[in-house]
Amino acid sequence: MNPMIFTPELKKRADQISANYPVQRAAALPVMRLIQETYGAISGEAELEIAEYFQIPPADVRELMTFYTLFYSKPKGKCHIQVCRTLSCNLLGAQKLIKYLEEKLKIKVGETTSDGQFSLDQVECLGACEIAPMAQVNKDYLGPLTKEKLDQILSLNYAGKIQV
Amino acid sequence: MEKLISRFFEIQKANTLSVYLEEDGYEVAKRALREMKPEDIESEVKRSNLRGLGGAGFNCGMKWSFVPRNTGKPIYLVVNADEGEPGTFKDKYILEKVPHLLLEGMILAAFAVGIHKAYIYIRGEYELPFLRLQEAVEAAYAKGFLGKNIFGSGFDLEVVIHRGAGAYICGEETGLLESLEGKKGFPRLKPPFPAIVGLFGCPTVINNVETLSYIPFIIKRGSEWFAKLGTERNGGMRLFSVSGQVKKPGVYELPLGISLREIIYTHAGGIRGDLKLKAVVPGGLSAAILKADEIDVKMDFDSLKAAGTMGGSGGVVVMDEAMSMVEALRVTMQFFAHESCGQCSPCREGTGWIDRILNRIINGKGRPQDLDNLLDIGAYLGGTTICALADGAQMAFLSYLRKFRSEFEEFIRKGSYAHA
Ligand SMILES: Cc1cc2nc3c(=O)[nH]c(=O)nc-3n(C[C@H](O)[C@H](O)[C@H](O)COP(=O)(O)O)c2cc1C
Ligand code: SF4
Ligand code: FES
Repeated sequence: MNPMIFTPELKKRADQISANYPVQRAAALPVMRLIQETYGAISGEAELEIAEYFQIPPADVRELMTFYTLFYSKPKGKCHIQVCRTLSCNLLGAQKLIKYLEEKLKIKVGETTSDGQFSLDQVECLGACEIAPMAQVNKDYLGPLTKEKLDQILSLNYAGKIQV
Repeated sequence: MEKLISRFFEIQKANTLSVYLEEDGYEVAKRALREMKPEDIESEVKRSNLRGLGGAGFNCGMKWSFVPRNTGKPIYLVVNADEGEPGTFKDKYILEKVPHLLLEGMILAAFAVGIHKAYIYIRGEYELPFLRLQEAVEAAYAKGFLGKNIFGSGFDLEVVIHRGAGAYICGEETGLLESLEGKKGFPRLKPPFPAIVGLFGCPTVINNVETLSYIPFIIKRGSEWFAKLGTERNGGMRLFSVSGQVKKPGVYELPLGISLREIIYTHAGGIRGDLKLKAVVPGGLSAAILKADEIDVKMDFDSLKAAGTMGGSGGVVVMDEAMSMVEALRVTMQFFAHESCGQCSPCREGTGWIDRILNRIINGKGRPQDLDNLLDIGAYLGGTTICALADGAQMAFLSYLRKFRSEFEEFIRKGSYAHA
């Protein structure tokens, strides 16, 4: 197979990561993160190359893809909103916020808008219950959220960092 | 009241090496590596009654003492920074605001046990905590505080940060080890315990971020002082994460013997809108809930256990009188059903069925026999599984049904929640 995903540069970085462990396979999660951050998702093709890189069966990579929630087969929208639904956030209105976002974006939880701008997911406790109700928007933790603050996030289209 | 770890939360830029050094950072580790014997550190920690603050509350020094020192294999230190127990966010504060304190604690632990390689497993969603930790590790390496010949003492310690990928079960210590080895986080059957057969088949010490962050204080000021801050067998203080319907959610560092009432009313400002308290989760979602008339309990591990619940991760979630216990339990069991790794039938099937039945009840389609069925499923949920996720799910689950049974009955009868 002619490697398309593991460019020489990426292979070099993967090798550096692998050097941190006495067993190469231990680098699977960090290397998968590297691939996902580079390409926005881990495609079927990428899975095969990852399997080849670690010399493990492709089914093992598939297992990791499905076991861990942070790996995606398809890229998320430019603005990825992950609303926490667990108890502390639920107590302070997380469900209403999720409904509001579904209505505004005209998508259901788990979907991406057709223009590829927004993805909406609900997740379990993100370890930020002191700012409940909260969401992770791309890399940032934002909260306490209100409908007004969500409007702000949507209109900014989350180009950069904002403070809520 | 004196603050230990959380004193640094109020100091500007305490995450940087320069500010940490101004606050006498790394002095304890420097002195210990030059002047103390490893076994003296271990016995100090043991005598301090420092308990594991990740969830299980096991005596920290005792756990270290189980590690065999001369198997010819390397010994690993694994730091549990997965912080996934709902209602818990204190490790994030340490990682973001004073990561060098954790590194200093790690150096002391590694020296005590004879460890030269450490992995910090940090939950995958944490971005800022990861960046701050990474900066700290790089700065410590640059100064010769990590790596070869630390502080010129001849002692070596390599530290690698390993990011998780989203799975609560990887906070369970053996699920974490599997995940760190590049596999899915299926917990292992114990024994053997990680102290004997841990990471890559080698003896391994696994400690929580906060547990390790208390070590520098213990070595600096002595085990006796630390032990006296808490109650019998429950040394020192801990960082309580307080959230839910309180006026001032946040992290509060308080002695282990403080009462839950004081945490809620004195420190967290009482209930929002001055409503009445209805129920509290005292130690992360896996703990049994307490009713409003049970909050005079002391928040140390042994007292909470005696009260039928647990200290767990120190996550306190407060619910006011308007909250439906049916909804609170539905959200709780949805979490466990989602996070069960699926290896054990009682856990996988039990949490799944409970989740489905509670959803039906919430949607107004409850049946009179549901409660007995739920209790029946609950009775077999824990006790027979590979890891303690199922035990925690069981403890939480049964506590709601036992303490608020009539509310569940009424909800099923009326098809909705009508609170006073
Ligand atoms: C389902 C489950 C999830 C856990 N999650 C965490 C966690 O996120 N962080 C943590 O430090 N300990 C967690 N623990 C506890 C660990 O298994 C282990 O007891 C702890 O890392 C030991 O460190 P300590 O003795 O310093 O507390 C969890 C346990 C279980 C059963
Ligand atoms: S108790 Fe549940 S989470 Fe733990 S190993 Fe069994 S199935 Fe997995
Ligand atoms: S419950 Fe939402 S961040 Fe913890």
